[in-house]
Amino acid sequence: MRRLRLVPDDTSLNFLGARKIAAAGSAGLAALSLVLLLALGLNFGIDFRGGTMLEARTPAAADLGQIRGIAGGLGLGDVAVQAFGAPQDVLIRVETQPGDGDAQMAVVGTVQSALQAEIPGIEFRRVEVVGPKVSGELIVAGALAIAAAVGAVLIYIWLRFEWQFSLGAVAALVHDVVLTIGVFSLVRLEFNLSIIAALLTIVGYSLNDTVVVFDRVRENLRKYKQATLIEVLNRSINETLSRTVMTSVTTLIALLALYFLGGEVIRGFTFAMIWGVVVGTYSSIFVAAAVLLWLGVKRDWSTGEGDKGGPAGVQFGAQV
Amino acid sequence: MLHFAPWKTALVVLTCLAGLIFSAPNLFYERVERANDARASLALGAGDADAQAAAAAWPAWAPSSLINLGLDLRGGAHLLVEVAVEDVHQERLDALWPEARRALRELRDRIGPFRRIETAATELRIRLSDAAGAAFAAAAVRELAQPVAGGLLGPGGPDITVTDEGADLAVTLTEPAIAEMDQRTMAQSLEIVRRRIDETGTREPTIQRQGDDRILIQVPGIGSAEELLGLIGQTAKLTFHLVESATADAATRAGPNQIKVEDGEAPGRFYVLERRALVTGDRLTDAQPGFDGQTGEPVVNFRFDAAGARRFGEATAANVGRPFAVVLDDLVITAPTIREAITGGSGQISGQFTVESATQLAILLRAGALPAEITVLEQRTVGPDLGADSIAAGELAILIAFAAVLLFMGVSYGLFGLFANLALILNVAMLMALLSVIGATLTLPGIAGIVLTIGMAVDANVLIFERIREEAKRAKGAAKAIETGYERAFSAIVDANVTTFLAALILFSMGSGPVRGFAVTLGVGIVTSVFTATMVTRFFVAQWFSRARPKTLTV
Repeated sequence: MRRLRLVPDDTSLNFLGARKIAAAGSAGLAALSLVLLLALGLNFGIDFRGGTMLEARTPAAADLGQIRGIAGGLGLGDVAVQAFGAPQDVLIRVETQPGDGDAQMAVVGTVQSALQAEIPGIEFRRVEVVGPKVSGELIVAGALAIAAAVGAVLIYIWLRFEWQFSLGAVAALVHDVVLTIGVFSLVRLEFNLSIIAALLTIVGYSLNDTVVVFDRVRENLRKYKQATLIEVLNRSINETLSRTVMTSVTTLIALLALYFLGGEVIRGFTFAMIWGVVVGTYSSIFVAAAVLLWLGVKRDWSTGEGDKGGPAGVQFGAQV
Repeated sequence: MLHFAPWKTALVVLTCLAGLIFSAPNLFYERVERANDARASLALGAGDADAQAAAAAWPAWAPSSLINLGLDLRGGAHLLVEVAVEDVHQERLDALWPEARRALRELRDRIGPFRRIETAATELRIRLSDAAGAAFAAAAVRELAQPVAGGLLGPGGPDITVTDEGADLAVTLTEPAIAEMDQRTMAQSLEIVRRRIDETGTREPTIQRQGDDRILIQVPGIGSAEELLGLIGQTAKLTFHLVESATADAATRAGPNQIKVEDGEAPGRFYVLERRALVTGDRLTDAQPGFDGQTGEPVVNFRFDAAGARRFGEATAANVGRPFAVVLDDLVITAPTIREAITGGSGQISGQFTVESATQLAILLRAGALPAEITVLEQRTVGPDLGADSIAAGELAILIAFAAVLLFMGVSYGLFGLFANLALILNVAMLMALLSVIGATLTLPGIAGIVLTIGMAVDANVLIFERIREEAKRAKGAAKAIETGYERAFSAIVDANVTTFLAALILFSMGSGPVRGFAVTLGVGIVTSVFTATMVTRFFVAQWFSRARPKTLTV
């Protein structure tokens, strides 16, 4: 029976031979991301900026100019109106109002009645109001969550492998997170709470990928004691390449289905995930493994440390 | 390795069966939901023939747990509100003033005249004309302190501290007193919010305390958050006061023991009222919307308890001919003249009500006043049809993702791909079953979590199959290749999934609402996919191997 093989058997590509070009590319993109972030900032959604958001559906195709005129003329400050998926759907965002929580809540009624008067039959499908007090807390909580995730990973990999692996994995994660934030800054997609969730999932996914490569590196370091580190790393990447590609493809298939069919509300989230899978796959090889090569690894695992000659750290047995 | 112990076979078969059985109700979501609702109402003694029929539509012996749909899928309102707990602190100090005044008056010979000074700080400040008596007066006020309920550790310290600052006495609340007071304010607020929402008869509202001074309210199905806000945003503090005078002059100052209150119906008009209330709303036993017998206008009829009725009767008897004001949340709703003593304990509030506003006020009065003011920090409302659209889009995405992954695995791994696919179907069933049984809430990001699980669940199988391929190339026997494939892939599977699980755990502990829903599906999905990859596919492979006994292996 013929099988679909995305990666031919027994590849021996010299991935780490290209590490200098990759490092230059990654560093350049990361720097670009930071520049974009500083220059353009992020298009924060109301979760982080506070304010009011209404998703409305008009009976006929929406006239954005008309809606902008009505909502903008209410004296509510900065009002953004944009198309949202179907031609009848619009998203209206109003900035945080001066004053307390009640002032924010009043915006909803003002905008709704003004639009209902001009566009009979307009429906409000979703309304969100986030007060300034909460939005500040949400930013802190989001940043903390990502820092906590990266910290947890640092410790876990350190326990399971060695500190060099741990630094390699974290470098890859930071790379992925920075590049994702950079892309959001560039394409001006709304950055909200669900994007934080996506970033954390990217952290999980990218790590998953890195760990599979590292697991093989650990095994091959013991198996090929005479080989140089770069040979071992290249061999490990090649051996796991088929799996890396297969898993990325199945995950991407699922995410693409979600991106095109899952509706407008989670499109930003899915976009972040798709980008994360691509970048995460790349970074496992070109960032994590390259950092490992650069830091070097202690090779004399067979002696000392007890633990059945294994590396430092906890070992899970393979008995099932 | 390829031999499965009987207990393991039993475990795999039973888990898979349980997954299928407990996920099944979700396929008949509406029917099961109606049956559950009907049974709940029948159990309460209510329900009619329709309920009987709905309850009979789903067999009683079958599992009936469903995945809860989150607000973003079902439609509904979400409110995060803050209770101004500090309002109560000043109230407590204000209430202390008459007592302090009485105690100090008895000592007037020794301390001389004194008066209360209004300040911005949360304190009760009493100024003596002579600083010499301060220490003595402070001791007298200190006598008024009451022990704070200390819980299991016995009585706590006093609830007030009195410091003398020259000629001033500053009375403040102690930390334990504040803590206890805040605790009580929050408990009361929660209870009253719950009562008000229960009055509307919405199903399954979530009312939770969050942090020190916040309440999270989630009500599925309610039309809009404003409706909900109307119900809980109002303090609904009702008091009855005698009117001293009415004026349109905003500059009018209220005298001592008087308060100035604006007219709720005619802004710019003010009433000067006696500070002391004749009766307060906490003496109400009932309030119902109704219509005025003569004018036909909507009104709210109320009834006092025995003590309230007596006090109201005495006060009205003594003040016939004077107007009194009905004050709701610092606004006068109406100020009728007392024509005769009202002794029956019941009365009527007429203002410019509509039927809706009369009904709402009646609910608020029945449920009682909130002890402190509530402000909204966050509001999210999703209309039911957007929710339905999201579900439809999510279902389609899941089906397509599922089909595409199944196809891809099939063409990539042949027979083994088929095993993985069977396991994937069982995996999704188990995921659904677990989510139903633990009563998790499925949100839109949660659906994304399921789709992602479908994509990533095959990872463990891919790891194993790729490893078996490699081992098979080293020309070991088929059995040996499978065995070492599973063995060697295991550590990578554990590490890879533990790390993703860590991320899910952090998401769960830090996230809220929809994000949390995503974390739950992701986390549960990891558990089920590791189980299916390491146990279920292995079981299939072992079964197949023991029957086919292949000499060579094509994965």
